[in-house]
Formats: sequence, structure tokens, C-alpha cells
Amino acid sequence: MQTKVENNKAWLLVMPVFLIVAFSAIIPLMTVVNYSVQDIFDPYTRYFVGTEWFKQVMLDSRLHEALLRQFIYSFTILAIEVPLGICVALMMPTKGRGASLALILVAIPLLIPWNVVGTIWQIFGRADIGLFGAFMSYIGVDYNYASNPMDAWLTVVLMDVWHWTPLVALLCYSGLRAIPEVYYQAARIDRASRWAVFRYIQLPKLTNVLIIGVLLRFMDSFMIYTEPFVLTGGGPGSSTTFLSQSLVQQAIGQFDLGPAAAFSLVYFLIILLVCWVFYTTIMNMQKDK
Amino acid sequence: MAEITLNALAHSYAENPTRPEDYAIREMTHVWEQGGAFALLGPSGCGKSTLLNIISGLLEPSNGEVLFDGKRVNELKPEERNIAQVFQFPVVYDTMTVFDNLAFPLRNIGVPKHKITSKVHEVAEILELSDQLQRKAKGLSADQKQKVSMGRGLVRDDVSAILFDEPLTVIDPQLKWKLRRKLKQIHEQFNITMVYVTHDQLEASTFADKIAVMYNGQIVQFGTPRELFENPAHTFVGYFIGSPGMNFFEAELRSNESSKKDEIVFGDHVIPTSVAMLVHLKNMGTSKITLGIRPEFVHVWEGKNDDAFAVEVDYVEDLGTYKILSFLFHGQMMKARLSEDQKVPSGQIYVSFPEQWTKIYVDEYLVDLPLQNVDLTLQSKETDHAN
Repeated sequence: MQTKVENNKAWLLVMPVFLIVAFSAIIPLMTVVNYSVQDIFDPYTRYFVGTEWFKQVMLDSRLHEALLRQFIYSFTILAIEVPLGICVALMMPTKGRGASLALILVAIPLLIPWNVVGTIWQIFGRADIGLFGAFMSYIGVDYNYASNPMDAWLTVVLMDVWHWTPLVALLCYSGLRAIPEVYYQAARIDRASRWAVFRYIQLPKLTNVLIIGVLLRFMDSFMIYTEPFVLTGGGPGSSTTFLSQSLVQQAIGQFDLGPAAAFSLVYFLIILLVCWVFYTTIMNMQKDK
Repeated sequence: MAEITLNALAHSYAENPTRPEDYAIREMTHVWEQGGAFALLGPSGCGKSTLLNIISGLLEPSNGEVLFDGKRVNELKPEERNIAQVFQFPVVYDTMTVFDNLAFPLRNIGVPKHKITSKVHEVAEILELSDQLQRKAKGLSADQKQKVSMGRGLVRDDVSAILFDEPLTVIDPQLKWKLRRKLKQIHEQFNITMVYVTHDQLEASTFADKIAVMYNGQIVQFGTPRELFENPAHTFVGYFIGSPGMNFFEAELRSNESSKKDEIVFGDHVIPTSVAMLVHLKNMGTSKITLGIRPEFVHVWEGKNDDAFAVEVDYVEDLGTYKILSFLFHGQMMKARLSEDQKVPSGQIYVSFPEQWTKIYVDEYLVDLPLQNVDLTLQSKETDHAN
């Protein structure tokens, strides 16, 4: 019989994980926590302020407006991108050359960097030199994203839909490919309509990829910064100023690091909360009765 | 309910099939009578699933016709054919309850609600699913799921036939026999034509009244399990049915130099054969023949015997209720089945091949005498001629 030797070597083996998590998440986050509860002038001059910054942030009406805009924006693009992505995936060819070609074409917008996307649409939407802007004025629509808040919104939403619907489409496409052919055969024999096939075969099998898609698109759109910043600079007025831009204005523009840190934490918690709500709702929907 | 006829049917997955090997189904004409329980038995890749999909309409045959009760259905889609099919892997609609799953085919054709409810309960009762009706289909075990997919075929009043594509593959062994018995029971109750695809001879013979054995895209024999066992029409049937399969050995038809009589010879042994058969073989003009005998029919003698050949025992396998004796017959490994009470022989033993059970094959197909009482005048003429 061999006796078991007890030692603490295992700690060494899990060390790398602790280090990576510490550097990637805990230490940077603690810096933010640090700033959110103190008023710091320089490393030697700092005062503990408790929840002061949090109160200030929570009562800031500018931030309330940005938060509302942010929610409207995120839900709008989700409401468009998810159904549209599913439709695109359903229409993509499944076999042969057409399939590869469609995959490449659909994926192209995903390869373009954020600030380039902003620049593209900034030019694309201009009435004098941009195709889209010129077309709108040609058909008689008075379209100007720089001066009309509605036009600015339309452009920002359109830009995001153009940029990110492919992601949802590709996820759904892979989900659809994973459905065995016999399901469709059984449905034909059961005389299911096209809608029933979608509702009872395709959609249930897409649930998992859609969870990923919805969460990714929610988080990304909730943190959107570069594209509206390049396109409209948050204007006209503050009509397209979303949360992250407000945060940057506060932290870098006004150098209010305390409130900005408190704001960051609240921002982070909101994203976490909404993701959790999404996740548990979808998971509950498919539970066994 | 329908009689299913396959008329000069052939199918190829290739675009321009030229050789016979290009065909997954080689030209065949076959009838599945109304109300029968049939099995389609064959090894993987022999075309049995292809044939099933052609019957259900999931696949359109490249040649020939599929007829339901004499009416051509080639152009009809599966949804128009009144066919139910149960697949190898259970297909259920995950998000629906068992009740909704069973009701689904009826809802799709707009059956009134009260009829759906009564029909679903009736079928659930038969399949012993009544207490599961309100559960989501997702949480069911594999055998229950398979029952649900079978149930979706049974709820429809208009179903002409139910096709099973290896439906018990993913079912636990102890549940297999239960489900198979259920199938049999359903068949007796509903009097629906059922075609059951499998590669398991035991499954086929317990389920079906008649079995079609498929090999290389062709149905090589269609008969009762007993016919397949006693009178295999093709060497493949002999090899595939039975455990262990039939013994085969290549023999030669030749004329004995001293007696001037025809005989079938294997090595230096003469295999007992009727005169009529010898004449028939002679007429076929072939000298290369294959002989087959089932291990069950090989007679093992303890002592020397006039009809018996001396052979060398190789080894004996004890399979519990019976033993399999392997022996060398003129360099050819053969098997014989011994009953449990038979003495286990060793060294040199004596075996004989009863003429009745020694089957003769030419080009892989069984040679049958055209008529039981062959014209003896022809025989005498032939022998005269040989002389």
C-alpha cells in the first residue's frame, strides 16, 4: 500500500490562473473601485468620500438621458438585427460555390474596423458626395444627419445594422447547418407548413446560438462609442450621445475621475444585470414544464 | 392502407450512370402486399435506406415507377403520399409536449379539435404514453421519443404504410424486445402495411412475416424467415442469415473417367447429388459451381460411415446452448452446429452432407430444378450423348 503524501504543490499549478485573472480583471477593476470612493488630487492628497460620487452620478440628469437613449438604441438594433439575421441565414445557400461565396459576402462588414465604419457612413450619408445622402435628396427626402436628430438616429441605427447583422446571420447559419436532415424529412411527412418547420424545428435549434448572438450584440451595442463619435460626434445637440461617450467626456474631457469611476461601475453592473435577465429568460423559456 | 408496387425501379446518385455499379438500387420489380409486416434486411450501404426513401417520396427514383394500389405516385411529394416514416434517430419536436407532438400531423391537416384529442389519447394509450402527455418531448428517454415518432404516424387515419428505418438502433437492449413486441402488436391491431429496414436478422425475423434480403442494390430473395434459412436463393442470403452463416465451397462438375458418369467433385470427394440435378447443371453449361450447406445440417458422425467424409477437427466453441465445431474439409474451413448433448469430438471425425440440404449455386444464385420430375428421357439422351 502506498501512503498518500500531502503537500501544497497543487497551488503552484493553479497560480497562473490566479495571476491571469488578477491582471485581466481584478486589479484594473479595483483601480476603478478605488477612484469611485475617493477624491484623488495626487498620490499623496486623497480623501475618502464614501458614496458621494455614486449619489452624484445617480442624480445626474444628463446621464439619465444618455442611459435612456442607450436602452432605446440597444433594443432597437436588437429588434432589427436578430430577426433580420435569422432571415439572412435562412436565405443563404447551403451547398456548392454559392455557399462559400455567400459566407464571404456576408462576412465582409465584420472585417471593417469600427472607426472606418464611422468614416464610411459619414461620407456615405452626405448629400453632396455620399451615395446614400445623394439618393435621399434625389427622391426628395430632406436628409441631413448632422442637423436633424431623427436622421442622425436613423444613420447610427442603419450603420450598426449593416455592420453587425452579419454576425447574427453567421451564428444562425452555423446553427441551421447543425440540424440533421431527418428533422426536415419528418416534418415533410407530418405535412408541416414552412412556418411550422421554422417555429418548431429551426427556431428551437437556434436558441443556443441566439443566446450568444443576443448577449454579444447587447453588450457591444450598449458600449458603442467609436462609430457615433466619428459619425456625429454625439450630436446634433446630444441626441446621439450614448453612455460611453458621456463617460469619456466626464473622465477625459472634464477630468472628473471620481464620478467617472463611479459611473463606470454602475455601467458595468447594468450590463451584467441585463445580460443575466436575458440569459435566465431565454433559459426559462425552454425548460421542461 | 395500400399495396406498394415497385415497377422496374432503379436509382442512381450519379448524374450519368453507365455501369451497374453506379446504381444504388439496380432495376427491380417488387410488390409489398397490403397489410403485411415486411423487413428489408441487408448490410450497410446495400441501398435499403435509399429504397425506403424512394417509397416515402423523400427521394425521386431515376428510373421506374412507385405505385400505391396501382396508382403511380412518383410525382407526389412525401406529404401527399399518406406515408409515415420512423427514422433511425428519434425525431421529436423538442419544444412541444408529447400531446402536441402527437397532435402535430393532425393539426397540419386541420382536423377538428375534439377529434385530435380523442385520437391522441387513443394512440397514447396503445403506446403506453398516456402519463407522459403533458411532458415536454425534450426530456423523454430515447425509447419514449421513438414511440412518439411512431405515434405521429399512427394518429393519422389515412396512413397507407409505415416505414421504419432501423428504428431500434439507439434503444437500450432490454427495451428493444419490448418495443419490437409493441410494433408487432400495433401491426396486428391496425392492419397497416409496415416495412422495416434493419441489418439485424433477429430483428427482421421477429418482426416480419416476410423478409426481403438486399445486397448490392438488389433484392436477392423475398421470403419467410424459414425459406431464407432453409433455401437461400443467393449465396449472400446463406452467408448473411444464420449464425454462423452457411458453409460454402467451390466444387467442380466433371465426368468420372472410369464410370463415365457426371459427378460433383470437391478435392477428391464426390458430393452426393441427384441425377436430375446433374443433368440440369450439365445443361446450364457450367462446370464451376458453389456448394452451400448450413452448419445446422452438417451431420457429424462418431464413427466411420459409408456416406461420411473424414475431416480434421480444428476447434470447438461453446456458445452455451449449443456448440460450434470448426473442421477442415480438404483444406477448407467449415462449421457444424452440435447440440448441447452431443459428444464433443476431437481429432479425426466423420461428417456427411445430406443431399436435401446441400444447395448448389452457380454465379451466386441457387440452382433449382425447373420441375420436380425431370424428363427422364432427356436424362437418358444426355447420358447417351456423353457416352
